Amino acid sequence: AMEDVIAKFVSQKISKTRWRPLPAAALQPPDLFATGSWDNEDNRISIWSVGGVGNVDPSGDYHAEPQLLCDIRHNGDVMDMQFLDQERIVVASSTGAVTVFRHHQNNQTLSASQRWEKAHYHVGQETSCGGAACTGVICNNPEIVTVGEDGRINLFRADQKHAVRTIENADSSTLHAVTFLRTTEILTVNSIGQLKIWDLRQQRNEPSQIFSLTSDRVPLHCVDRHPNQQHIVATGGQDGMLSIWDIRQDTTPVSLLNAHEAEMWEVHFHPSNPDHLFTCSEDGSLWHWNASTDISEKPSFLHQGGRSTTYFSHNTVNKSVISAWLSNDPTKDRMEITNLISNQALSVNSLDVLGPCLVYGTDAEAIYVSKHLLA
Amino acid sequence: PSQVVPGADPSTRQLCFAWGPTEVLVCETQFGRRGGFPSRGKVGSGRELLPGALTTCGVTGTGEGGPSSSHVFVVRKDPDIYIQTLRKLFNESHGIFIGLQRSEEELAGKSRKAQLVKVSKLYRSVIRACMEDMHQAAVSAQDPALRVQYSTQVSVLSAIELIWNLCEILFVEAAAAGPLLLRLLDWVRLHVCDVDNMVREVLSSEAPAKHELFWNVVNILVLQGRLDEARHLLSKEASADPTAVKMYKILDDLMKKMPVLSVCTNQTLTELELKWQHWHEECQRYLQDGTFASNSHMESICKILLGDEDAILEKKELLTTWYHFMVTRLLYSHPTVKPMELRFYAQMDLFLGGQSSPEPLDMILMAAFEFEIHQVIKECSIALSNWWFVAHLTDLLDHCKLLQSHNVYFGSNMREFLLLEYASGLFSHHSLWQLGVDYFDHCPGHGRVYLELHIERIPLNTEQKALKVLRICEQRQMQEQVRSICKIMAMKALRNSRLGSALSWSIRAKDAAFATLISDRFLKDYCERGCFSDLDLIDNLGSSMLLSDRLTFLGKYREFHRLYEQKRFAEAARLLLMLMTAHIAPCSFWMTLLTDALPLLEQKEVVFSTEQTYELMRCLEDLTAGKSEKKKVQDDGVENTKVEMLRLALARNLARVIIKEGTLDG
Repeated sequence: AMEDVIAKFVSQKISKTRWRPLPAAALQPPDLFATGSWDNEDNRISIWSVGGVGNVDPSGDYHAEPQLLCDIRHNGDVMDMQFLDQERIVVASSTGAVTVFRHHQNNQTLSASQRWEKAHYHVGQETSCGGAACTGVICNNPEIVTVGEDGRINLFRADQKHAVRTIENADSSTLHAVTFLRTTEILTVNSIGQLKIWDLRQQRNEPSQIFSLTSDRVPLHCVDRHPNQQHIVATGGQDGMLSIWDIRQDTTPVSLLNAHEAEMWEVHFHPSNPDHLFTCSEDGSLWHWNASTDISEKPSFLHQGGRSTTYFSHNTVNKSVISAWLSNDPTKDRMEITNLISNQALSVNSLDVLGPCLVYGTDAEAIYVSKHLLA
Repeated sequence: PSQVVPGADPSTRQLCFAWGPTEVLVCETQFGRRGGFPSRGKVGSGRELLPGALTTCGVTGTGEGGPSSSHVFVVRKDPDIYIQTLRKLFNESHGIFIGLQRSEEELAGKSRKAQLVKVSKLYRSVIRACMEDMHQAAVSAQDPALRVQYSTQVSVLSAIELIWNLCEILFVEAAAAGPLLLRLLDWVRLHVCDVDNMVREVLSSEAPAKHELFWNVVNILVLQGRLDEARHLLSKEASADPTAVKMYKILDDLMKKMPVLSVCTNQTLTELELKWQHWHEECQRYLQDGTFASNSHMESICKILLGDEDAILEKKELLTTWYHFMVTRLLYSHPTVKPMELRFYAQMDLFLGGQSSPEPLDMILMAAFEFEIHQVIKECSIALSNWWFVAHLTDLLDHCKLLQSHNVYFGSNMREFLLLEYASGLFSHHSLWQLGVDYFDHCPGHGRVYLELHIERIPLNTEQKALKVLRICEQRQMQEQVRSICKIMAMKALRNSRLGSALSWSIRAKDAAFATLISDRFLKDYCERGCFSDLDLIDNLGSSMLLSDRLTFLGKYREFHRLYEQKRFAEAARLLLMLMTAHIAPCSFWMTLLTDALPLLEQKEVVFSTEQTYELMRCLEDLTAGKSEKKKVQDDGVENTKVEMLRLALARNLARVIIKEGTLDG
């Protein structure tokens, strides 16, 4: 039902939304999220509460808007943002800086606890400001990996002043996103449609493997790895296409799924229910992809908008491990896709899913929260 | 919106102007002012602006210097665009606007009207939400100046909502006689001072009837036509004063019996008028036989019920505005007033009595009551410091088919003109520009041109932002702008020595010339360093290689290197030769290619066939012959040595291959 989604207009274009991770074995749904803004004269990192336990709104929390707990100025557009732990957020800036902010929960303030000012920069530039936008960041406490428009890959440790490792000129085109494949390996996507695996243990400044879309060179903007089956990777491209890759096998995607009409900005497997996947796009839509093999066990959707069920033929090769995402069994070869936004207009730049909760932010300067995502 | 530029004084200096897309530059010239010009301070003071228009005047900077220097004033066209709390209004109303444009025109008659009324109410609810936020901000603001600013904005928004609501009743819904008055009553109740708190205060006191506000509250309720609530209060008085029970009973009965139009029943207007006439006569009788003579309060209420102008005017303090007076008077004298008759009752002079002059808000409401829609929009444009209101209201009224095309400047109609102004304002904002795009899209006349001009001015500080702007242009087939954006980004990348990115951008723009330029940079780098940079890109050119000849060469040349590395010498040799014979390689690169042939000529196994060797020789001779005698002299020994080495290698290869081919043939 539509009333499940709570909207709040925040007077700044939102580029990133992230739930604060839950402590291990937590039973409550997430109650706190962070947002970052872009294209403002004065960009901000903000922490919002959605009224969980111990934070009960007097009017009853079922309809409570997100409440701003605290915010802090951020120099440059917020390009990416990840929680390092329960208290610290790593933020990538268009200036090339990478900052770790600490959320002090006792007095509800934010402060910068660590900053790598020129993590990404251009060399041989004539102008004074040589910063290159840091486009992606991923954390695996205490390690932080960043990528940027300068084609550089940095490995930081939260407690160390200097980069642990830098791969100069890792990519000749722009790196758009990064994620961990394993603790020592990362995946990057770039603006010429390549997916690369880097082994950080190797001293060689070359990727250990390169995967490529087709000859179309369609830029890839986002990447996520299946939380349980590490060989399954999803990427989203400039043409709005969702690609599923099996990195054990081919160097081309297992399936290409027609999705959005414009850039896919983010793709996320549901962390605890990875048969569900969520994507958002410049075209103003947010899609829920349900690949669970038992279609009768449908989750309850926010509301039915746009397309309902669509069938895709996967150009799959034989698979040894059965996964909903790699399946080529024709009876199971169907996916339910729902657009969660009915009146789409401006870009949905970011989304995050955790437990039963979804949060997303748009260029229409609004954040949306749903707390009843999956049944 | 008209605004005064503080500090600009046309009485002492002549001023000059330059209009930009979003700003106006006002500049003082060196020329003094001769002849009679109204004294200083007269500019724009012909009329009082609505509160807020002046305080938010967008002068962003003035020149510096002594008395002899001239000032330059930068005047923003739409100062309200920069108010942070109004961004919610701009963003939310953008969604409603889009919805209205997408809405089904074919819905006819009643359902279409219902839809338009719904849209109008949506707009108003956004205004009200924004007003509440602004009010909260005013309450919680620490800085007094800020508090004043917020409060001013609250009153501006409140005026906007008042005007919009009236326009909704008169133009969008176009309420007919009967319902019209009910709507106007709602309008007055919504906007005139909140009486509910006073009612609560009186009722919660120990003896309500003795409360000092008691009769005021009763009167306000009567003036607003809330008779049931008034009766409830009066019953307190009745129980407090047993001597006058009968009198109360009669008044209570009269108030109870007042005929009102019921929306549910199929009562006709004539029936209502008849009933109303009877009731009116009954009130008249009681007044004339002095039933209420002993109680001035009650007598006055009875007079009000009779629509007595003087009696109502006596309550001027409680009415506060002339339009409340008008609605109250209509309620008790002409409840079935027709829309077109409103103009006869809209008399502010009677209420203001020459004590104060009408303000812009009064003029706007008056124009609305007179059904002068164009006048309403014109007055609003002058009085308000934003284009948001007139643009959205006009668009809605245009969807109601109420505006005949009324051409203004540049031949666009009024709706379009106002939308263009508003969207231009959005584009002047560093962040709200994205909203402006959709408004331009819905201006069939000049929207496209405006968008083209504005979109090129968006600063592209990150690739992501460039991609967003590019998407806007590509969706609208704005080839020129697509090329220009890609070029800007390619140039930036080139300046940053990001050849790979630069090439990607020029491939996206299908900019062959630029692709050639970048390919040359790659080749130059190769010649200098002896190895390729950005292999991941060059190895992946695919079909985009065909964009420019030079790019094709770059891709093919790299392919040659790959074949060589893979020791596929025969293929490598064929490709190398083809690059020259098919004239894919630029002449300046031939020497490099021929030099690349050297190790192939020296292989243990013969690679080049006789025919191929001859061709190579011809290439070498073409190259050396092409050079003028003069140049030859200048060229130092290195080049000559190279040529000699090549000739030797070619000759040796020829010898080997002749023997080999001869052996095989034999």
